[in-house]
Amino acid sequence: MSTTLNPTIEKETLAVETKPVRELSGSQAVLEACIVEGVDTIFGYPGGAIMPIYDALYDYHDKLKHILVRHEQGGIHAGQGYARSSGKVGVVFATSGPGATNLVTGLADAMIDSTPLVCITGQVFAHLLGTDAFQETDVVNITTPVTKWNYQITDATEIPHVLAKAFYIARSGRPGPVLIDISKNAQIQKFNYEGYTRCNHIRSYRPKPIVRKEYLEAAAKLINEAKKPFVIFGQGVILGKAEKEFKAFIEKAGLPAAWTILGLSALPTDHPQNVGMLGMHGNYGPNVLTNDCDVLIAVGMRFDDRVTGRLDKYAKQAQIIHLDIDPAEINKNVKVTVPVWGDCKETLPMLTQMVEAKQHREWLSLFNQYTAEEKAAVMDAELFPKSGEMTMGEVIQQLNELTSGEAIIVTDVGQHQMVACRYAKFNASKCNITSGGLGTMGFALPAAIGAKFGAPERTVVAIIGDGGFQMTLQELGTIMQTGLNVKILILNNRFLGMVRQWQELFNDKRYSFVDIQSPDYVQLAKAYGIAGSSVSDRNDLRSALSSMLASEGSYLLEVMVGKENNVFPMVPQGCSVSEIRLK
Amino acid sequence: MKKEFTITVYTENQVGLLNRIAIIFSRRKINIDSLNVSPSEVESIHRFTIVMNETEDVVRKLCLQIEKQVEVLKAYFNTSDEIIWQEMALYKVPTDAVAEKLKVERLLREYGARAVVIRKDYTIFETTGHREETDRLIHFLEPYGLIEFVRTARIAIIKASSGFHEKIKEFEAVEPAEELIENEFLNQGQAVFTM
Repeated sequence: MSTTLNPTIEKETLAVETKPVRELSGSQAVLEACIVEGVDTIFGYPGGAIMPIYDALYDYHDKLKHILVRHEQGGIHAGQGYARSSGKVGVVFATSGPGATNLVTGLADAMIDSTPLVCITGQVFAHLLGTDAFQETDVVNITTPVTKWNYQITDATEIPHVLAKAFYIARSGRPGPVLIDISKNAQIQKFNYEGYTRCNHIRSYRPKPIVRKEYLEAAAKLINEAKKPFVIFGQGVILGKAEKEFKAFIEKAGLPAAWTILGLSALPTDHPQNVGMLGMHGNYGPNVLTNDCDVLIAVGMRFDDRVTGRLDKYAKQAQIIHLDIDPAEINKNVKVTVPVWGDCKETLPMLTQMVEAKQHREWLSLFNQYTAEEKAAVMDAELFPKSGEMTMGEVIQQLNELTSGEAIIVTDVGQHQMVACRYAKFNASKCNITSGGLGTMGFALPAAIGAKFGAPERTVVAIIGDGGFQMTLQELGTIMQTGLNVKILILNNRFLGMVRQWQELFNDKRYSFVDIQSPDYVQLAKAYGIAGSSVSDRNDLRSALSSMLASEGSYLLEVMVGKENNVFPMVPQGCSVSEIRLK
Repeated sequence: MKKEFTITVYTENQVGLLNRIAIIFSRRKINIDSLNVSPSEVESIHRFTIVMNETEDVVRKLCLQIEKQVEVLKAYFNTSDEIIWQEMALYKVPTDAVAEKLKVERLLREYGARAVVIRKDYTIFETTGHREETDRLIHFLEPYGLIEFVRTARIAIIKASSGFHEKIKEFEAVEPAEELIENEFLNQGQAVFTM
């Protein structure tokens, strides 16, 4: 590969005299960047246009662990799982064309759930761009709406600087996915490598808005005067690494706090002020009392429609304080009284200092009253059924008892997800990994693989429905090849359960294409060398779960649950949160 | 209530940024009435002028989404009474018609137009103004055999813009822009790459 085409070669040559310079290929520079950024695991799949990077990887195998997945979608979900369990940036490699387009679902998922990723895709030679070359797709334009930033490199000299920007943008501010497309010539091209400098500033990019004290003071005043203050929190607390600061804040001011699905695990589930889950399948009290509180304090959450229900009937009586790092989230869905722009790692301690120490015992006990009502109407039958078909809830309940809330729970999308999030116990942060915003079926298995690599010392349980599992089950091959220890718990109701539930409730039970058959999952696991079993009798559940958790390696447990069980409570679409139904 | 808004955006000069900004509108099925992109007085900093009809609430959110883009420096939105704006238009007409009808010249003066090119076969006039003004001249010229017409996007100056120029210069002076790198290899031929 000639470097004579490189217009900056003269400048580079001058630098030789002053800096220690060595000649590297673009591919080697990519891997050097990963090392300096502290990347230990890369999820990827090779192909023609990324071959030079994979060739370089051959010599870096002692410094960088590469996990060969079975499909690029599996690779990016694994990257997401890794990022979510470790708090670090997930790194994914894919080739051009179909390799790159297979990343799109994961990028969209990471974008809406603010997951830091750096995806590197190979691209055809720069001189072939726009010629419909073999495996050429316009990946930069395809991924523009689903990336926080993306960039195409056609010259190797750009690599160190652009990758430094990529990692910085992915992890800073409101995190998100970044895609860097590198043409094959740039991967091959040799250039004078002057080392890698991590980026911590881009002139046009302000990751954190400036904290304005006057708004914090106004917020503290509202909280101090409130009779019925209510905190709702999201993943911002986890992404901001502000779990301690958040706990200190709600404890000092005596505030009941409810979580969004991605906020789950930021506050231990058994904390006395943790009043449960918000939204469509959330808990009774938090939904009803959203429309009863006088001050609503939203921390690192974005008022998704699944949380708010009907907006014109959402917390209209309340003064609303919104803490968020992303200025575009303030007043996006819900008009706020006091906006608090900033990183909650900074703003929460400031607010804690300003609020008076209080206990809202009576107000908190109102939540408990609603919980008691929900327990009688829904939870007892779901968690402790005495007869009939098994419920998803009792599986989660038994799992809680066996893991004591110490496991990382990765869920897919649908009924099992809602049940798992409603009932799973968590003692520590970053333990709930699920596809929240995009609702990507097929997320859980690959994400669990990534989560295990991100937190190897933890038990990782992937809870998946029979529909979602069949979307990405090829990743069993990744588990097989890596010898990874992931527990796979399939809750099989022989239906696409959530759609079936809606068809039952809103479409007169017209079950349109929700009846889904499954293969023999135990045999399937066996074919991949993964131990497994299936239970359909309640009496076998506990021991089956114990065996799964105690097994040396990965294990697949299928639990046959009731075919037509519904998830309740439920805020029907188009209804207000206070119109939540218990049945 | 929907009304006309003009969004002014200062950005880096980067490949693909136009698409990043354009899809913020198309994602919401909002039509852009007029779009101008060109370097500001500082060459590396580009200025977008985007005109649309929307409610103020929607426009405010659009601006925040635009500002959220990594390579966007700043976005402002203004109603039409907060800006001074112009569009430029070019009109090509047969020279015979113009020369014969004295009335034309008089009216061109009325419209503030000027002749850019006068050839034997055709003459090109230029005028600047608001949409209605340039439209009016089209209607006037039509009977005289208008051959071709083109108009630019709106450019707008914000009335309350004190300090803009100094701020941009200072911004660039403190930290100069990164170099724009384009694809140097197109049309370089297959001979360059052996693989």
